[in-house]
Amino acid sequence: MDAAALIASLQDAVPGVQFESVPSVDLQTTIYVPADAVVATVRALRDRSDLAFTLLAELTAVDFWPTEPRFEVVYILVSPTNRLRLRLKVRLHAESARIATLTGLWPAANWLEREVWDLFGIVFEGHPDPRRLLMPEDWDGFPLRKDYPVQIRKTPITNEPLQVTAEQFRENVERDRLTRS
Amino acid sequence: MPDIRTETMTVNMGPQHPSTHGVLRLVLELDGETVRSCAPTIGYLHTGIEKTCEQKKWQQVIPLVERMDYLSAQSNSMAFCLSVERLLGLEVPERVTNIRLLIAELQRINSHLVWLGTHGMEVGAVSVMLYCFRERELLLNINEMLAGFRLFPSYMRVGGLREDLPRGFHAAVTAFLDRFGPKLDEYEDLLTANEIYLKRTQGVGVISKEDALACSLVGPIARAAGVDYDVRKYFPYLGYDTYEFAVPTETAGDVYARYKVRVAEMRESAKICRQAMKRIPPTGAYAVDDPRITPPPKDRVYTEMEALIQHFLIYSQGFTVPRGEAYVPVEGPRGEQGYYIVSDGTNRPWRVKSRAPSLLACQALERLIVGGLIADVIAVIGSIDVVMGDVDR
Repeated sequence: MDAAALIASLQDAVPGVQFESVPSVDLQTTIYVPADAVVATVRALRDRSDLAFTLLAELTAVDFWPTEPRFEVVYILVSPTNRLRLRLKVRLHAESARIATLTGLWPAANWLEREVWDLFGIVFEGHPDPRRLLMPEDWDGFPLRKDYPVQIRKTPITNEPLQVTAEQFRENVERDRLTRS
Repeated sequence: MPDIRTETMTVNMGPQHPSTHGVLRLVLELDGETVRSCAPTIGYLHTGIEKTCEQKKWQQVIPLVERMDYLSAQSNSMAFCLSVERLLGLEVPERVTNIRLLIAELQRINSHLVWLGTHGMEVGAVSVMLYCFRERELLLNINEMLAGFRLFPSYMRVGGLREDLPRGFHAAVTAFLDRFGPKLDEYEDLLTANEIYLKRTQGVGVISKEDALACSLVGPIARAAGVDYDVRKYFPYLGYDTYEFAVPTETAGDVYARYKVRVAEMRESAKICRQAMKRIPPTGAYAVDDPRITPPPKDRVYTEMEALIQHFLIYSQGFTVPRGEAYVPVEGPRGEQGYYIVSDGTNRPWRVKSRAPSLLACQALERLIVGGLIADVIAVIGSIDVVMGDVDR
């Protein structure tokens, strides 16, 4: 199935959305999707039996700083039943680097989206657990952005030792026990 | 009589735990011996390889990607080379393709042997570990023969191989394959019908076919659950469609099924290796004949001025890759693997993204161990074969 046939079949499922196909050297169908239509498109791609892209093989992003639109979010989908591969791309501007999450469709998207947030700072709206994945939780900045320096020196963060009285300690233990039981 | 109240206990497992295969940390909530919840924490081994790759020239990326998934080094570098070659529009000679395929299959056997050894040891079969590492030694010797480096040979290069096959390569691989088949039978004698092993593995860490697909699990874990997705069959590369081999699948989806699938895969890989050996002549082309990419042979560098200039240019400036993007999937030992690369037309990559099958396997860990016993956690972590270098990159 080539890009034109795929877009035609997608147009039925998601009306009123502008898809744009681009040629690719690695023979993988590549389609640009507007950011607000990504969940509807992916749901159609997954659930329609003639498409059946049931496997989310990869989810990542590319930073094209300093050009605009700055980010591209890339989804690689695989349809094992139809033996098709599809690369879905979404352009995002720097000031509106947010996109809807796919965790409702695939549990696998959870960590992949956390990784993109961690390294690129792209917000996935509606994500159930929007924390950093690979970097420490108190890290500043998004390392894979192109305007992030390659070598930086950071002063170590030190914390004063926590001072708790014996009563506070007992209270903490009791509260912790109650929340867990 | 007062109510007897039971409390759950939170246990921190790892990151320095011998059976977490590196630095995986699990926060387990235990109710007696049953695991009630599990929160994996990763990132202890994050070294920013993808960021580093963006500073390197194309050919210099190869040693870096080999160190991501350190048990399948040559599969990584092969996947990267295939993507770059697709972007460059290079057609590598058929001999190179067959050698690459042979090396990738040997790497799969190598990785599965480490897996079988460590997994066997964790469930109590220590002798299996010793035997598996004995056979793996022969494969490392073959690597040493190829490139002088046992774990990360960097023998694959964009455009072909670093140099021609060494003398005695065919004999060494044939000797390994002749020895390997009977030895694999011996491992199976130790485990396949072993009462203790069956008790530890059957019905443990079960995942269904639908869940495996939803969690993007591919490779042996998915095939043990009945998904027959294998990139070598579905999207053939390196001419895999011209080789005869089967894709072993199981339906149980438990630890024992994963063991069966991996052992059967080793047998199939050995079969593919034998077919590839017949197609590889001892001497011939080992890289593309393209002066932009392949450095001239050393004897010409020492005797001809033009060859010296060409050698100098390749090693100082590298080569440029046309603007664009490429992703060529390959079937690594842990499932679909590949490098999504973006080039801006210069001699350094703009973006290199490794598809990490271990990351997704690690994410699915929670589904596999919640509800099971704490003693089974060890067996399950072993069975999904995570390599933390691939998870954290």
